[in-house]
Amino acid sequence: MTDIAHRSAPAANAAVPRVGDGPAVRNIALVAAFVLTAIVIVAPLAVIFAAAFSVGLDGYLKNVLEPATRHAIFLTVLTSIVVVPINIGFGIVAAWTVTKFVFPGRNLLVTLIDLPFSISPIVAGVAYLFVYGAQGLLGPLLDQLGIKIMFALPAIFLASMFVTAPFVARELIPLMQTQGTGDEEAALSLGASGFQTFLMVTLPNIKWALLYGAILCNARVMGEFGAVSVVSGNVRGVTNTLPLQVELLYNDYNVAGAFAAASLLTVLALVTIIIKAIVARSSGGPKHG
Amino acid sequence: MRQRVIPGLGVSLGITLLYLSTIVLLPLAALVLQAAQIELAQLLAILSSPRTLAAIRVTVTTALIATLFNAVYGLLLAWVLARYEFPGKSLLDALIDVPFALPTAVAGLALVALFAKNGWFGAPLAGIGIEVAYTPLGIMIAMAFTSIPFVVRSVQPVLETLPRDVEEAASTLGANQWQIMRAVIFPAILPALLSGCALSFARSLGEFGAVIFIAGNLPMKTEIVSLLTFIRLEEFDYVAAAAIACTMLFAAFMMLLVINAIQSWQLRYVGRGE
Repeated sequence: MTDIAHRSAPAANAAVPRVGDGPAVRNIALVAAFVLTAIVIVAPLAVIFAAAFSVGLDGYLKNVLEPATRHAIFLTVLTSIVVVPINIGFGIVAAWTVTKFVFPGRNLLVTLIDLPFSISPIVAGVAYLFVYGAQGLLGPLLDQLGIKIMFALPAIFLASMFVTAPFVARELIPLMQTQGTGDEEAALSLGASGFQTFLMVTLPNIKWALLYGAILCNARVMGEFGAVSVVSGNVRGVTNTLPLQVELLYNDYNVAGAFAAASLLTVLALVTIIIKAIVARSSGGPKHG
Repeated sequence: MRQRVIPGLGVSLGITLLYLSTIVLLPLAALVLQAAQIELAQLLAILSSPRTLAAIRVTVTTALIATLFNAVYGLLLAWVLARYEFPGKSLLDALIDVPFALPTAVAGLALVALFAKNGWFGAPLAGIGIEVAYTPLGIMIAMAFTSIPFVVRSVQPVLETLPRDVEEAASTLGANQWQIMRAVIFPAILPALLSGCALSFARSLGEFGAVIFIAGNLPMKTEIVSLLTFIRLEEFDYVAAAAIACTMLFAAFMMLLVINAIQSWQLRYVGRGE
């Protein structure tokens, strides 16, 4: 509000109200936005907790602590511990490559980094099947070597890596683009090594965007359903991550159990959004998307 | 020459290419290779079978309607967040991120609970004769939910940076509010709106987790393309799965081209305004 007041004289403000500033339009728009959001976004969140706790707190805890669900939680956390650091590393290196250097094919590389965003998780899962499955490119070779990737943990890790490969890079690239290379050049000219420059100059400049990309990556890894559903083989109690467990319980008509498992993922989503808001505020940085 | 000062191009480019090749390109190449081995007649038979055609029709129609809903709802949210100050604004802004943060399986479960015949919304709707769960309407709702943020987050920054003086100029020249909306504001946000819609549509075409809970998954009626791919896999019909998945991949590339074209148009538009 103060910003607007500074930019234009009060007289002009009164004489030329902006489009939609009239009370009627404003109120209708606000009420419509809030009512629709309550129906479309808040109600689905509310129904998850209502259904999860419909069996009481004791029933809820029993559902959450049930061995199969506990194992699914373990598997989901394990996947995140493996995949998120790898994609943080990849994101930093990829962003460094496309923002600190100019080389032919750079724009193509940026498109390539973003590619998994455009591809349906089901297609990603099927594609992995044709690499590591029995009938896939490497299937016979892996079979000979006695290495099992498909319908086992490695496939879950790989499919999650595919789906979340762009998450960190896409947060870093626009930021590092605007920061340019001046700071790094100064550090290097003062005698810092390449690694020192990265650690002491680049990293502090990108830490908020990096954290932000990492939490989004983590949320997606823990919540991925389609791709993991294809490659995991849905082996009960062995390769079921938490989202798959939600579906399994639901198909077993254990609705309260499904909602209990779903409530854990919902809490994860809400925590992610809260951290995102805090990070955006601390950095004054990425506000959108 | 400036860029040469920074060390590590060889190593970092090498790592980036190696990772992308093994994680992203190898599987996609394997899929295309698998599909390329199918004889043309068989490929056409798979893609033109009544069940595949019905799945394509259901997916495209529901995705289009879901996108239309998001165009209107997204525009409304972007407008409210960019133009007004009100209590609860940051909460509303944060809530818009829910569909991206919430796992799709959880969204599907929540929506089917809401819209089932005994659900909070399903019961009153059933009272007036509208069935949502296990109908195409349910598919639309699931698709719309998972792609809500695209239009909002495309349009919101453009509306926020729209200069005040162009509206004032239009007003001084005698334009009324509706004319300013139509002739000044709408053309400025149109590229961003289209780009958000294209992203939303592309996402809806490939959506799986949220839809399968609420769709009922009846062949010919409420079966979407990604589910049909999944079913063919479970039937060990890898030829059909490869053919359909490769078609989805092709559609995704086409959407990517469209989105890139819209975004470069948007950049030119912004450039012209400066």
